[in-house]
Amino acid sequence: MIASDFVRDVKAGKIKLEKFYSDFFNDLRKLDKSYDCFINICEEDAFKQLENLPKGKLYGLPVSVKDAICTKGIPTTGGSKMLESYKPTFDATVIKRIKASGGVIVGKTCMDEFGLGGFSTNCAFKIPKNPNDVNRVTGGSSGGAGVVTRALDSPHIGIAESTGGSITCPAAFCGVYGLTPTYGRVSRYGLLDYASSLDKIGVMAKSVSDISLMISVIAGLDSNDLTSRPEPVPDYSKSVSVKGMTIGVPKEYFGEGVSKDVSDSVWRSIKKLESQGVSVKEVSLKMTKHSLPAYYLVAMSEVSTNLAKLCGMRYGLELPLNKDDGFNEYFSRVRALGFGPEAKRRIILGTYARMSGYRSQYYLQAMKVRTLIINDFKRALKGVDALVAPSMPVVAPRFDEVSKLTPLENYKMDVLTVAPNLAGVPHLSVPCGEVRGLPVGLQLIGDYLEEKKLLDLGGAL
Amino acid sequence: MVDESLVRKVAGIARLSLSDEEVKTFTRQFDDIISWFNEISEIDTKGVEPSFHPLKTENVFRDDVVKPCLTQEESLVNTSHKEGGFFKGPRAV
Repeated sequence: MIASDFVRDVKAGKIKLEKFYSDFFNDLRKLDKSYDCFINICEEDAFKQLENLPKGKLYGLPVSVKDAICTKGIPTTGGSKMLESYKPTFDATVIKRIKASGGVIVGKTCMDEFGLGGFSTNCAFKIPKNPNDVNRVTGGSSGGAGVVTRALDSPHIGIAESTGGSITCPAAFCGVYGLTPTYGRVSRYGLLDYASSLDKIGVMAKSVSDISLMISVIAGLDSNDLTSRPEPVPDYSKSVSVKGMTIGVPKEYFGEGVSKDVSDSVWRSIKKLESQGVSVKEVSLKMTKHSLPAYYLVAMSEVSTNLAKLCGMRYGLELPLNKDDGFNEYFSRVRALGFGPEAKRRIILGTYARMSGYRSQYYLQAMKVRTLIINDFKRALKGVDALVAPSMPVVAPRFDEVSKLTPLENYKMDVLTVAPNLAGVPHLSVPCGEVRGLPVGLQLIGDYLEEKKLLDLGGAL
Repeated sequence: MVDESLVRKVAGIARLSLSDEEVKTFTRQFDDIISWFNEISEIDTKGVEPSFHPLKTENVFRDDVVKPCLTQEESLVNTSHKEGGFFKGPRAV
């Protein structure tokens, strides 16, 4: 059942929320037992919300939230030991908007520590398992959101977040839809920052219709986020025929490293669009191979500054204040204990890239390469409505395969997702078939603020 | 070339204590990663402006009036290191 039908039935009194939610939380706990997808299930808070629920667009709808987004009174850990005990005293803007529309927050989903990972295996608490095959990873960093969206039978929408592919990757590996909106389309206020110039809150769901519903609730200007976009939010719900649209196929996204099974599946979908009157044209994104090191330099530089605030004061992990400790000794001890190895790795590399003597060579040069990548997308998108490419180069790998990868090999898995994230253009991952029982995803990439076109094209597949 | 003293130095700047084993592992891993980073120096960016944000952002102003914010109590609720309504930190001098 799509979310809007569920909301309609709840409003009509055909579904009683008290009864619905007692069954719902039983299912949710079972799901968590099978796949380890929640850091927190918030049953008590959900029932409290039911007592006074606004009759808005999401009236009564279960919504799960990646644990990187602040929820008032509900622990928000960012998947890190550093924030295990942190209970925000405020709601993020997206949470406020969801609650004001009658959405019910049901749980906080598993993720890589602070979003630092591509498989959801870098988790301080539980490591989620892929519902299509529990020996395989869910993709990351919004892995828990992918699992819940895929495996829950009941209506539900997941709130996720992407910095360099953290929505697209789990959407593809789990087999669901995932929208990463234009940078700034959705307010980041109340998001635990990873890389502020890259972070985007987005949506994971079982249908395009569900994605449209949720994005229409959470998008829009917010005076608490100075980078949020002032443009009016369009009506995403009315779908338009794709006949007469043109899509561009970037040849670099079907090159070396992309499995043949995956590109064959994507091509079958391209043919499907063609049969509906969509024109197809080859385009080129020449900067593709440079986007990975540029992305990691930007992301690591920014995360090393954003995580600097976590130091054992004000909130988060703390240790006793020893008489002999100065600030530096105390901070260094807390940070050594609270951060996992990947966080430490990226903090050190990011600090290095910003150090005097290296800053122009690494950080500034990466920001300039980013300009060239943005220009690359502007050129490729001229005269086409969207680009189509595989979401991930392979289907979900097994845990034992992932554990053998070096950090560098790990980073290189993001080859198809980092460029659209660096450019800040919207992209939608759409399930497009299976390879040996494992889902394949394709991504539709659009121009700034053109989410609507992506949803129309995604809906036609 | 990345060596252990560089890793220790940068970790110090980032206020991270590392074990000897961590220093060894990171030194080995960083060599690969930093030579990979060096690839971007080959790209010609003469005359290219850096993009600190993907879209052009503009300064946003509002009137200088007091708005509600977290109370002192709310601000202090997530720490045990506090005294007399203030955050308490480690020794400064």
